[in-house]
Amino acid sequence: MTLDLSAILTLAGKEFRDRIRNRWVLAVALVFTVFALVIAYFGGAQQGAVGFRSIEFTIASLVSLVIYLIPLIALMLGFDAVVGERERGSLELLLSLPITRFELLVGKYLGLAAALTLSTLVGFGLVALVLAGQLGADALPGYALFTFSSVLLGLAFLSLAVMLSVFARDRTRASGLAIAVWFFFVLIFDLLLLGALVVSAGQYGGEIFPWLLLLNPADVFRILNIFSLEEVRNLYGLATVFPEAIAQPWALSLVMLAWIALPIALAAWRFRK
Amino acid sequence: MDTITPAPADAAGRTAPVVRACGVTRDFGLIKAVDRVDLEIEGGELFGLIGHNGAGKSTLFKMMLGLLPVSEGEILIHDKRVGGRDFRAVRRDIGYLPENVVLYDNLTGLETLRFFARLKHAPGDSCAAALEQVGLAHAGHRPVREYSKGMRQRLGFAQALLGKPRLLFLDEPTNGLDPEAIRAFYATLRALRDDGVTIVLTSHILSEIQERVDRLAIMAAGRIQALGTVQALREQVDLPLNVVVQIHHDQAAAVRALVIPLGVADIPGAEPAGEAGEPGTARLRFACPRPLKMKLLGALANLGEGLIDVTVHEPSLEDVFFGFAD
Repeated sequence: MTLDLSAILTLAGKEFRDRIRNRWVLAVALVFTVFALVIAYFGGAQQGAVGFRSIEFTIASLVSLVIYLIPLIALMLGFDAVVGERERGSLELLLSLPITRFELLVGKYLGLAAALTLSTLVGFGLVALVLAGQLGADALPGYALFTFSSVLLGLAFLSLAVMLSVFARDRTRASGLAIAVWFFFVLIFDLLLLGALVVSAGQYGGEIFPWLLLLNPADVFRILNIFSLEEVRNLYGLATVFPEAIAQPWALSLVMLAWIALPIALAAWRFRK
Repeated sequence: MDTITPAPADAAGRTAPVVRACGVTRDFGLIKAVDRVDLEIEGGELFGLIGHNGAGKSTLFKMMLGLLPVSEGEILIHDKRVGGRDFRAVRRDIGYLPENVVLYDNLTGLETLRFFARLKHAPGDSCAAALEQVGLAHAGHRPVREYSKGMRQRLGFAQALLGKPRLLFLDEPTNGLDPEAIRAFYATLRALRDDGVTIVLTSHILSEIQERVDRLAIMAAGRIQALGTVQALREQVDLPLNVVVQIHHDQAAAVRALVIPLGVADIPGAEPAGEAGEPGTARLRFACPRPLKMKLLGALANLGEGLIDVTVHEPSLEDVFFGFAD
């Protein structure tokens, strides 16, 4: 079956314009800018210093922020993409049109993804201007990779959110599931792995531990940024536990792309029924 | 782009069925919402589907549109199986107005139509014409959130008309419309039907559709209990005619004594003729079996000047509906 690209773009365009009109993109971009500037400036306060420090230190600080914030924003953005339409009663009319369910799902995802990507790029882009002024243009390539990986992180959690919106029976359940997913990937997953390592006194799981981290897009994001800059690697002290073979940015980016594609594929499979 | 060519008419002016349901069943667990329904809707027909809430008409509607899969049987539209590989081309030829249509509050009327027009591959300049057709040209630039229920319903109808569909499914289309808008709505439907468009609609307001549909189906408990023109259904259910006799008040007992032996049933409660009638008159109502109509009229004619007026009413669609549905 051929895809109707025009229908996909129409649906995506509507989702995107809705987020521009209701100032969602602007609000989130501002949140990213303000938080990123605060973290970049005050990130060293615990060590008794404030002000812009090296790009490596800034990125390490920003990773800690982004790993909480972006998954939350992406889940909030996408959790009712389908179930919301179903609950309001507008899904029935859309499905009666000459578009497939797959096109509807992909169109909605792309529109939301464009809104999230734009707000991430604008939000962190404004900070890039400040950093370039303070730390010099040399800081930009590392910061660009961080921004790129932030976009990927957002798209992965948005994909999870859209999947939840297909599986959930109503918006209340979908929002509950979204919160549970955030808790699991952002707070619980690492604790479980560490707990397993500690309980087994490091005897079991040590070798597969780095691979298990790939099962969490938030960890993939963290590793992607840690391994991009040597100083950051040292700062986290995790370089030795993660095999260099899979620590390449391109390999981790592929894992992140899989985290974007798989939930959407699962959602498309479920939505067809 | 694939398009659907209307089926040619036969010598009697009938066209091949546009919609054909064969043994269609839909289960929800143990409940059969639709139970072995066979139905054919001809091209260019204005077809009504009526039934109690929960009778199965909305479920049947949704299966015809491919929104719900059938549990058993199959539905063909223009000889293509609903939900099959070729159904997308058929969908381009279908307009649908859901019951309680939900549109996007943040878009204007015109933006709403442009959005749906793009998805239907309908020309963008047809949106203004569609707004005009439903009497919303003046409100095209207002956000839908400011629309009344009736205006939303009309916008939903305009949406259904985009792309000049040859088959329209309208679920409770006059919900929220005022009498003037209802009249305009049916005038539009008649024009579309005259143009060969096949229209399938449901309605709870039986008096509204009884003189307007070509044929109708009465659904109850998931099955089609009756199918045909309103007149054919009246005859099929064999309900008595409703005869109203206006007489001088003091003749009520004499009239009853005259007509009841004929086999005509008195509908109790002689009542004053009311403000519109003459003072001192009464109206009696009788349920008259159709074969006794002329006998009854002959008997009444013998009353001479004591008789002021006689009107004979066919059973309403509501009577017919209850005759079948109950």
